[in-house]
Amino acid sequence: MKALTIKNLKKTYPNGLAALKGIDLEVEQGEFFAVLGPNGAGKTTTIGVITSLVNKTSGQVSVFDYDIDNNVEMAKSCIGLVPQEFNFGLFERVIDIIVNQAGYYGISRKIALERAELYLTKLGLWDKRDEQSKNLSGGLKRRLMIARALIHEPKMLILDEPTAGVDIELRRSMWTFLREINNQGTTIILTTHYLEEAESLCRGIAIIDKGLIIEDTTVKELLSRLNTESIILDVKYPLTGPPQITDCDTEWVDETTLEITFPKKISLNDIFKELSKQHIEVISMRNKTNRLEQLFFNLIQWQK
Amino acid sequence: MSRIKQNSIALYTILYREIVRFIRIWSQTLLPPVISIALYFIIFGSLIGPRIGQMGGVSYIDYIVPGLIMMAIITSAYTNVVFSFFSSKFQRNIEEMLVSPMPSSVILWGFVLGGVVRGVCVGILVTGVSLFFTKLEVAYFWITILVGVLTAVLFSLAGLLNGIFAKKFDDVNIVPTFILSPLTYLGGIFYPISLLPEFWQGVTHANPIFYMVNAFRYGMLGHSDVKVEVAFVVIIGFIVLMYGLSLWLLKKGIGIKT
Repeated sequence: MKALTIKNLKKTYPNGLAALKGIDLEVEQGEFFAVLGPNGAGKTTTIGVITSLVNKTSGQVSVFDYDIDNNVEMAKSCIGLVPQEFNFGLFERVIDIIVNQAGYYGISRKIALERAELYLTKLGLWDKRDEQSKNLSGGLKRRLMIARALIHEPKMLILDEPTAGVDIELRRSMWTFLREINNQGTTIILTTHYLEEAESLCRGIAIIDKGLIIEDTTVKELLSRLNTESIILDVKYPLTGPPQITDCDTEWVDETTLEITFPKKISLNDIFKELSKQHIEVISMRNKTNRLEQLFFNLIQWQK
Repeated sequence: MSRIKQNSIALYTILYREIVRFIRIWSQTLLPPVISIALYFIIFGSLIGPRIGQMGGVSYIDYIVPGLIMMAIITSAYTNVVFSFFSSKFQRNIEEMLVSPMPSSVILWGFVLGGVVRGVCVGILVTGVSLFFTKLEVAYFWITILVGVLTAVLFSLAGLLNGIFAKKFDDVNIVPTFILSPLTYLGGIFYPISLLPEFWQGVTHANPIFYMVNAFRYGMLGHSDVKVEVAFVVIIGFIVLMYGLSLWLLKKGIGIKT
């Protein structure tokens, strides 16, 4: 079953801005799916239409086969939303925000309190349950929105840039948590600017730009299009400049660090042999991250 | 779980949230109308009232009590809904409700009932204060209660409409200041319509608050400037009209969705 089906979705705002120009997208049940795109590409508008916060101009959207035009209540009950901006009552207590949200979904107060304890504990917020939400730090506010989105145990969780402005430690702990709930069967759709996030978490990926989907594939397939790899090497003795290696780009990061970009036809053994010949002793090696970033940049540039 | 039970829980949740909200800030929501109405009783009832003498066959303070209670109900119900709804829009936590499966009618009734409860609470408090100034007698208990509750429903709906259309906090204050207050003061709280020139009597009949104040006065004192049946038709007519309009706006997402 498809968790999400979007057909020819268009949205033009009253000021004439065509935010979506005919989007088609399908997300399988149980998928961990990323939607990438530059600012203003239409990501948040797409999420707004799916969650009924934005009125579409035309097109079809169904969530677990429930059409949002004909069966919006069933469609909504399948979705949990973590929006980009904080959208809870600033003077409400954490526990009230969670329990009230459950109430809006028709969940009794007793069950809501049990679930609130479960999710607030998992997200490290149980000790803050009686705090007014305005007193929470940015990271805790974001976790509160995740707990709130999960309180009705949705089949699909949509996160709109959930780790924007979140420190690295919290981001990693969020990733672990999201992987866990995805492994339990929840479909996750994520928009992000952190391409490393999409590369690390997601299987499916769509790239949206200027209201159009310009790529809809898997992260693996997208990365396979990269015909080069980049590695970073720490060397034992200081270098006076980058060494010359046939068919490779070598960049001198600092006197003991080298970045080497090489085509896939060249093996690491070949590179190390060459370095040995030049009496360069490597003490450690790591992959350069943000490979997806380069692809993303290439795609967007190509569109332009 | 049946859809009806789910919607009942959702409705109860909004109502509970609304009640907790206005009780948490009781010094801004419950106390001010009690103080201002007490001042009306002191100035117009105890100080000026005896010099005016009888009005409509009763002492002046007895004459103004129903209108002042009604004024407190109207203002409280209206402001509760308009501020709560607009704050939800402003802080964007209205989205918590919009993404949930509850229908627009449940959202509507949740806010409206919140306004009704606050209006009735303030009405009871003001009635209690009035007992310090006069001995209240109620001619038709159920008519009094019914008019009070229906008026609270009507002005909660009016507050909701204001909240839906409001784009900034100034818009929330404009209607109560420039429309609601004049209509209330000119709605026959302080004087019978017979004191006005004929032209202004006609104009007063176009003021819906005039019917509510008089129906409430009929319930408490047993006499009114208009037939109570006509007053009920006006009140219920406005409720039906505003309910239909509010529900249509919420379903369309006007003022709350882009």
